[in-house]
Amino acid sequence: MTMLDGRVPEGAIEDKWDNHKFKMKLVNPANKRKYKVLVVGTGLAGSSAAASLAELGYQVQIFCIQDSPRRAHSIAAQGGINAAKNYPNDGDSIYRLFYDTVKGGDFRAREANVYRLAQISNHIIDQCVAQGVPFAREYGGLLDNRSFGGAQVSRTFYAAGQTGQQLLLGAYSALMRQVHLGKVQMFSRREMMDLVLVDGQARGIICRNLVTGEMESYTGEAVLLCTGGYGNVFYLSTNAMASNVSAAWRVHKSGAFFANPCYTQIHPTCIPVSGDHQSKLTLMSESLRNDGRVWVPKQEGDRRTPKDIPESERDYYLERIYPSFGNLVPRDVASRQAKFRVDEKRGVGPTKVSVYLDFSEAIGRLGKTTIKEKYGNLFEMYEKITGEDPYETPMRIYPATHYTMGGLWVDYNLMSTTPGLFVLGEANFSDHGANRLGASALMQGLADGYFIIPYTLGNYLANHSFSKVDGVHGTAKEMKNCAEERVKRVLNIKGSRPTDEIHRELGKIMWEYVGMSRNESGLKKALEEIPKLRNEFWSDVRIPGTQNELNIEIEKALRVADFLELAELMARDALERRESCGGHFREEYQTKENEAVRNDDEFCHVAAWEYKGEGQTQRHVEQLAFNEVKLATRSYK
Amino acid sequence: MNLTLRVWRQRNGQDQGHFEEYLAKDVSPDCSFLEMLDIVNIGLVKEGKEPIAFDHDCREGICGACSMVINGAPHGPEQLTTTCQLHMRHFQDGDRIVIEPFRAKAFPVLRDLVVDRSAFDEVTAAGGYVSVNTGSAQDANAIPVPKGDADLAFQAATCIGCGACVAACKNASASLFVAAKVSHLAYLPQGRVERVRRVFAMVNKMDELGFGNCSNTGACEASCPKGIRLDFIAKMSREYMRSSFCGCGR
Repeated sequence: MTMLDGRVPEGAIEDKWDNHKFKMKLVNPANKRKYKVLVVGTGLAGSSAAASLAELGYQVQIFCIQDSPRRAHSIAAQGGINAAKNYPNDGDSIYRLFYDTVKGGDFRAREANVYRLAQISNHIIDQCVAQGVPFAREYGGLLDNRSFGGAQVSRTFYAAGQTGQQLLLGAYSALMRQVHLGKVQMFSRREMMDLVLVDGQARGIICRNLVTGEMESYTGEAVLLCTGGYGNVFYLSTNAMASNVSAAWRVHKSGAFFANPCYTQIHPTCIPVSGDHQSKLTLMSESLRNDGRVWVPKQEGDRRTPKDIPESERDYYLERIYPSFGNLVPRDVASRQAKFRVDEKRGVGPTKVSVYLDFSEAIGRLGKTTIKEKYGNLFEMYEKITGEDPYETPMRIYPATHYTMGGLWVDYNLMSTTPGLFVLGEANFSDHGANRLGASALMQGLADGYFIIPYTLGNYLANHSFSKVDGVHGTAKEMKNCAEERVKRVLNIKGSRPTDEIHRELGKIMWEYVGMSRNESGLKKALEEIPKLRNEFWSDVRIPGTQNELNIEIEKALRVADFLELAELMARDALERRESCGGHFREEYQTKENEAVRNDDEFCHVAAWEYKGEGQTQRHVEQLAFNEVKLATRSYK
Repeated sequence: MNLTLRVWRQRNGQDQGHFEEYLAKDVSPDCSFLEMLDIVNIGLVKEGKEPIAFDHDCREGICGACSMVINGAPHGPEQLTTTCQLHMRHFQDGDRIVIEPFRAKAFPVLRDLVVDRSAFDEVTAAGGYVSVNTGSAQDANAIPVPKGDADLAFQAATCIGCGACVAACKNASASLFVAAKVSHLAYLPQGRVERVRRVFAMVNKMDELGFGNCSNTGACEASCPKGIRLDFIAKMSREYMRSSFCGCGR
């Protein structure tokens, strides 16, 4: 085991980033065009990074699996984006946003990163407004704010229930402007297969062209991975169907450390599963908890319709247990409490695996029109999926996998343990600790892309020399052959089971044993089951068609093959972390009131895993120091 | 419920393409249309046949990836609904459903129901942005925007770029798509600086890429899953006229 160094700059927390920016080396404007940067992924992090780097003068090539960069899954983020503007004059500040985020992450994030994120938050809002992002406004023409979980101030900027869409389209428009100017080359329908390493530096990528099936190689001086999270390891999640871990997993297998894989966020307010046909789960934004009240019947097994259950027989359990934060407790807390109610047999709906989110009080207080203005699109979406009208009857919700705090380990400069490989957005592990607060993912993705990487990448390029392109091409060719072999191997199995079935089975194992609450025996069971399923995949998966064409089954199979390896690492990480923190809840470590019990003496660190060959891993740690926010038990009571 | 599907199959851009029939058995009314296709595809894979390729991603009606014509209507029979949000409870047992790709000269078929919509990216690249570099923005509240304008801009900006408007139009015009972006930015003070150049650049690019002209039949509005209104095409035309008169954009 080695101790990792996060390379946090010296100085007082509020000065670290400014000092660091000054000390970092710059690349002369005339030299920037000599460097080529490869950006993988076009979500908030990827698009904003590519646009900003191209504006500075670098040559950029950007890749996405969708048919257009505008479809990356950031587009589906609903509720909003946090910033410490304090426009509502309600006591917010950079320090408070920093404090709330460290506490919300259950003291498992790197303080200096979080402080920088809070500092940058305000610039993000300025940048997005300047691009024409149509945030919600007050009648006076100024920006409106709302509240999100884990905060007692209103600091969330929003565009109805589709903030992610508007922010992504802003970043996409900045990206397309650079495409038009010839500074960015865009490659859509490409999936990254491997990283090209030369002299230990990340110098290129191998992609599969999803239309022709051809392997292509691209080379440059640095690679930025902005490929999102790995929630689809659970099969059912709020992620898009194509969201996957493969790019991150392939670089992990080529040497980059993977940090805290067990930190997954189960979002409390999703539309419950309706049957076996289900292909994905749909989130109902956390913002709904501003006005919706969560409840279940007091009585076990109550089968009455919600209207027939009188006030006195309802248990508004979040308001009861957490009077000061009420329905706006952080996600991990709200999810666990919903699970406890269902375990107590007080769940509602046809499957009894859901709780109510009720707007009748808010509709009575504010009127239907106001509620419609605030949440109209979410209510419509709910009605389309369930066939029920939430203006008339309470929504039914249940937790679902939503976000992964874990990801590739990066230092303060967002560089992984592989030189020249930077990781941005959800794909890295950096800022959210063991639990992400609502409206912080958009903030982090854009902070990384617009305001951090333009500085830290320059410093890397200015400090390193790069071998000639010819040598890179040789290695790229080898890697290309390996990728082709992998595709052939999967195609040649010619078994009997469709990939989807195996993926669904993996999801069931993960949800059961590595889901909302975990224990030692369950995790050990998962560690037995996952390799078995992996063997089954490699001996019995069936993929029709050929490799040199658009073949959706090959795409899915390659992704599931990587999920089957990641799943094992997640279970191992969860087993090793003998404490409960944030989204990682170990049943052995809880209070009598079922609150999480951290073990700061042994686990106040980041676990970063090194790949050591088939089934072999080594755990390294980065010690976390809390100099600003004192380690304390999180309380929202 | 049991359904008969008549689906367009086309191996690649060069292939002629043809319809094939499939049975979808024991479909739950709670399934989405795409989940129904998933079930059919799993059956096909088990039989060793190639599954039906279609674009899809978020399955929440926001990414704009899903693109197919169901019984003659882009995204199917329900108003204001993308294919992924269309649920089988809107069909009857025994229904026969015809499924085709979006058809337009500017959207060539890649395989089965998958079409190439990168022309939309090209139109956006021509001018669908405010030219502001990262880092040069003023404080967000320094530019007040009347709520009415902000709301209109937002409505226009909710376009998901799916291309249903093009598929529905007898001329395969992209006017609704282009108008949504032109209007979004023209309603905001941030976007007004470049309004003249933008409307020319985007409209000209649309013509160049083989999209047809608008003849105001309104089929686009009727099939738009996000309710983007025809008014925005009028707004785009006004922007175009205005820019022609002021003579500074050519």
